[in-house]
Amino acid sequence: MQYNGGSVIAMAGKDCVAIASDLRLGVQSLGISSNFQRVFPVTDRIYIGLPGLATDVTTLHEQFRYRVNMYTIKEEREIEPQAFTQMVSSTLYERRFGPWFIEPVIAGMQKMPNGEYSPWIAATDLIGCINFAKDFVVAGTASEKLFGVAEGLWEPDLEPDDLFETISQTLLNAVDRDAYSGWGAVVHVITKDKVVTRTLKGRMD
Amino acid sequence: MRDASWSSTMEVSFALTGNGYVLLAADMSAVHSIIKVKTDVDKIKELSPHLLMSTSGEPGDTVQFAEYIERNLRLYHIRNIYPLQPPSAASWIRRELADSLRSRSPYSVNLLLGGYDTGTYTPHLYWIDYLGTLAEVPFAAHGYGSYFALSLLDRYHDPEATLEEGLAVLRRCVDEVSKRLVVDPGKYLVKVVDKDGIRVVEL
Repeated sequence: MQYNGGSVIAMAGKDCVAIASDLRLGVQSLGISSNFQRVFPVTDRIYIGLPGLATDVTTLHEQFRYRVNMYTIKEEREIEPQAFTQMVSSTLYERRFGPWFIEPVIAGMQKMPNGEYSPWIAATDLIGCINFAKDFVVAGTASEKLFGVAEGLWEPDLEPDDLFETISQTLLNAVDRDAYSGWGAVVHVITKDKVVTRTLKGRMD
Repeated sequence: MRDASWSSTMEVSFALTGNGYVLLAADMSAVHSIIKVKTDVDKIKELSPHLLMSTSGEPGDTVQFAEYIERNLRLYHIRNIYPLQPPSAASWIRRELADSLRSRSPYSVNLLLGGYDTGTYTPHLYWIDYLGTLAEVPFAAHGYGSYFALSLLDRYHDPEATLEEGLAVLRRCVDEVSKRLVVDPGKYLVKVVDKDGIRVVEL
């Protein structure tokens, strides 16, 4: 979990969710890349962040892409965040005794029976135990720091612009206290009909 | 970190991208404990007309793995007329290493993959380690050389540099390693890949 470094956070707002990650890839304390993506789109309304061992980031991203494609073809509809969270959980639990070293974070807009969309954020541990939260979820090497800053900055019912500011400040300030995370960041703000992706500069030390 | 033998970590390889090319450099020595056995080893394989791969790591594994990759990419080229482009080749090679990692006998091989994409006319450089970690980077290094070269490349690398400028930066890296590493790795083999294919260049 500590080998390559990296952190992800997701936050819920009013009719929106945001997911953000740093961009560092390292080998212990040696930095290799400052543009390593670990947050990926799943559908137009779901994003997944995969902090942990970098080889498993790529392997699991490919695995989820395959499983979501198969789901879409068989069901003839797009997967919803709740079902996708269960898919992530069971994919990880399949490797219960020889796990993928990844702690996924999922953010999306869930379609309700009345046709409205509501924010969905969840995280799991490396063997797929789901943590569904109403406020924010964190994972990665800076998770303790993220918890602290998020606890201080987050408030309910933030509009997309304010949520972007909150999640960005939370991430940037948390990773500056972690040697294994940082080197820039990427933030996705998801609303029911669009996703806004912004790349942030960060401290390069 | 994983228990690595002297020979595999004393190996040095760097690579960098420039304007329409990728440069790869690797030391030419084969070491067994404290003995330098050979000084003319080619650690940079030519996988296809526009794809280079430098290997370092466990001595037997590097050759076995490189030849396995080389032959499969050759087979792909013969079957499909067109060779695999660098991004696709990188993904496939990474998958081979990632699957190998969780097998009974994993390969301990670290790679630098440099190629010129003949479809999009762009150079690509990939840093791949024995775990199957894949990262596309503007410059890269493996082994002890990385501790010296990466900071130099942070300062001097220019993605728009001409081949001459790129070679000058590479020379800085090689000189710094010779100067500061306890054991001088000796001679380097330098290869470049660009729109015209692969060439060996003198430093």
